Amino acid sequence: MMSAQTTAVQAGELIDAASELISSGGRMQMAYAWYLRKDELELRYVASTAAQAPFTVWRCGANGSVPSLANTSPLLSWYEREITDLFGFKFDGQPQSQRLVLHTGANPIRPPLALDYPNDVPIRIDRTKQALPDVAVDEADVQLLPFGPVRADVLESAEFLFFYIGEAILHFHPRLFFKHRGMEKRFEHLSPDPGVVLAERVSGVGSVAHALAYCQAVEAASNCVVPPRARFLRLLLAEMERLYNHLHYFGHLCHTTTLKVGEAEGKLLEERAKQLNTRLTGSRFLRSVLAVGGLRRDLAPQGWLHEELDKLHDAFARYAKHMESTASHLDRLITTGKLDRRTAFDQGATGPVERASGIDRDLRRDHPYAAYQEIPPLVAVREAGDAHARAQVRMAEVNASIALIQCALDMMPAGAVRADCAIMPNSEGLGWAESPRGTLFYAVHIGADSKLARVKVKSPSFSNWRVFPFTVHDSNMMDYAINEASFGLTIAGCDR
Amino acid sequence: MPQWTLLGLLQGKQTAPWPLAEGTDGQADFLGMPRYRPELCGDGCEACAEACPTKAITTRPESGPTGRLNVDYGRCVVCQLCTEACPNGAMATSSDWAFGVRRREDLVWQKDATPAPVADADRRRAFRRSLHVRHVDAGSCNGCESELQALNNPFYNLHRLGIFFTASPRFADLLLVTGPVTQAMLSPLRATYEAMAEPRWVLAVGTCAVSGGIAEGGYASGHGLDGIIPVDVYLPGCPPNPAAIIHALLMFLNRAPQRARGGQLVE
Repeated sequence: MMSAQTTAVQAGELIDAASELISSGGRMQMAYAWYLRKDELELRYVASTAAQAPFTVWRCGANGSVPSLANTSPLLSWYEREITDLFGFKFDGQPQSQRLVLHTGANPIRPPLALDYPNDVPIRIDRTKQALPDVAVDEADVQLLPFGPVRADVLESAEFLFFYIGEAILHFHPRLFFKHRGMEKRFEHLSPDPGVVLAERVSGVGSVAHALAYCQAVEAASNCVVPPRARFLRLLLAEMERLYNHLHYFGHLCHTTTLKVGEAEGKLLEERAKQLNTRLTGSRFLRSVLAVGGLRRDLAPQGWLHEELDKLHDAFARYAKHMESTASHLDRLITTGKLDRRTAFDQGATGPVERASGIDRDLRRDHPYAAYQEIPPLVAVREAGDAHARAQVRMAEVNASIALIQCALDMMPAGAVRADCAIMPNSEGLGWAESPRGTLFYAVHIGADSKLARVKVKSPSFSNWRVFPFTVHDSNMMDYAINEASFGLTIAGCDR
Repeated sequence: MPQWTLLGLLQGKQTAPWPLAEGTDGQADFLGMPRYRPELCGDGCEACAEACPTKAITTRPESGPTGRLNVDYGRCVVCQLCTEACPNGAMATSSDWAFGVRRREDLVWQKDATPAPVADADRRRAFRRSLHVRHVDAGSCNGCESELQALNNPFYNLHRLGIFFTASPRFADLLLVTGPVTQAMLSPLRATYEAMAEPRWVLAVGTCAVSGGIAEGGYASGHGLDGIIPVDVYLPGCPPNPAAIIHALLMFLNRAPQRARGGQLVE
């Protein structure tokens, strides 16, 4: 692996290694499991040590007892529970033993990511077995509001449990993974090329980021060098994706603060951005362009995109100025859903959410890919950690994205957009992208037959959904929708 | 607050004239379902079938009434791989997106397709100018939701057509479902359908809801709506664009003609 340094760590050394990593300024990023050989499960821990340094990957055999790292690095708790649900491997001392990905009431014949899990045998779920989370509130005054999985409006499916008294929320428990489609298993046995189509459909509004991280993982495994023009166009596509996502975010945020014209304006600007996407690629979600080795075809952004973005930029500047000077809007955002720096770091907040809580991290600058080495982004950071800070970070990112695209247009090299990528059997690679919502990882393992043996997808919303409840406990019902909108979460990417 | 009113007014009318009058539908340059031209099929015809990730294109042992291939647009995820793989141009890029149909078989390519019957027009008459829709996400990738949310932006402005999203299935006339129906969403979806008062109808939006799409089957996913709840309109696409969704809704209300028959758009 060029993109990461892999070292073997014994199970007994894991806790010390993690403590040392964190005390020296590093951070765990994710953990996953895969079958090194038939019947030989191996755990992988991905960590970042410092900006500009390769990622560190620890490998540890999952035989016998492996301690949970949840008390050392709390963000790993969800990864461990996911491994337990999907591979049947339990960690010693895992403080939360409930299921995460598989719902209670699901009884698989064997763990679904086991190599011998039969094709196309669905895991039926008995909904009558659904249990309430173990929350230590039994006061007669405490009420339970279960909301979902079918919610109001056009929204993704998830169930939220509120334990509340009057307006005050005592405890909030999101029940996710209703949308779990088993996407990671679907990559297995595919050739790397068609895997891109699958990656584009893990999270629709993150099509570019997912396809890009996937392609970069395969390219890292194959030591494949992408031509310069393709790298610049990849940056352009990734920033076009950030643009329409962030514009949608403001439309939705204004919806929750009942700023009607603000909502209409945000959604209108999003529509304009999506129509620019179509003009550029034929797809409103910028799909069917990325490929392993570069792009499937060349694009022609020169001569019109620069000017269109100038217009969008002017419209956004006016819109942002209005939002930042509307007291009724700001009143609902300032101090709402405060996430302190420590919780953000420990629980794994990522993207605009962590940057709004004072953590200065952005993969585009710290671990550059595509053409971000040549054109590094301006990274916006705020300290307040509230809904307003999260909105302000995204405002700055809209401006930065437009600047990045226009810069890429000015510097766009000519030439080929795709290199031949000879897939190396028995290889592995790590790919990443700073999606509009934060850190996205793909870990790809290629088998002896040059097909995909295991693909792990770590989406930013998986991280931020873990963090989000910490800002809801002890808050109030009136702020909930605003707080949720200010996080800008998706569920498809988290549930996969 | 007056500043917002002014901002809105200064922009003028932003809504597309389509579908009520001639004018843009906002889908210029959109790449839709690849068009199948069996007369161009030649050697190397298997290439596009092999390239298809969802088996929307399959080969037949001998050339039959549908040429060398069977093409099912109900399974197409619009990835365009077949248009790149086909050496003869028998699968060609197109801007065809108005693929809402009343019968599932109208999505399968056929040489001579019979006209689709207009379904229970009398029962739907009362809903022509006021239709209430309940959406259920049964495990989509959020692409379809993004386009459904776009329907209420000023450009498409769905309200002007008398079509509204409603929070409760009790108030809904039409259930609009996205996603392949994951195992975990199976019973909430059924419960939502059961909660609707009759008459009730179902619109399957997106290739996942029509056939399972890219996420079909496996340990956690499903095969679309067929066999779970009765479907009145199928709209494949990955995702279908907002204009395609509007067309399917109007077609359901008998306010627009069905344009796709035998896997082709006919006027």
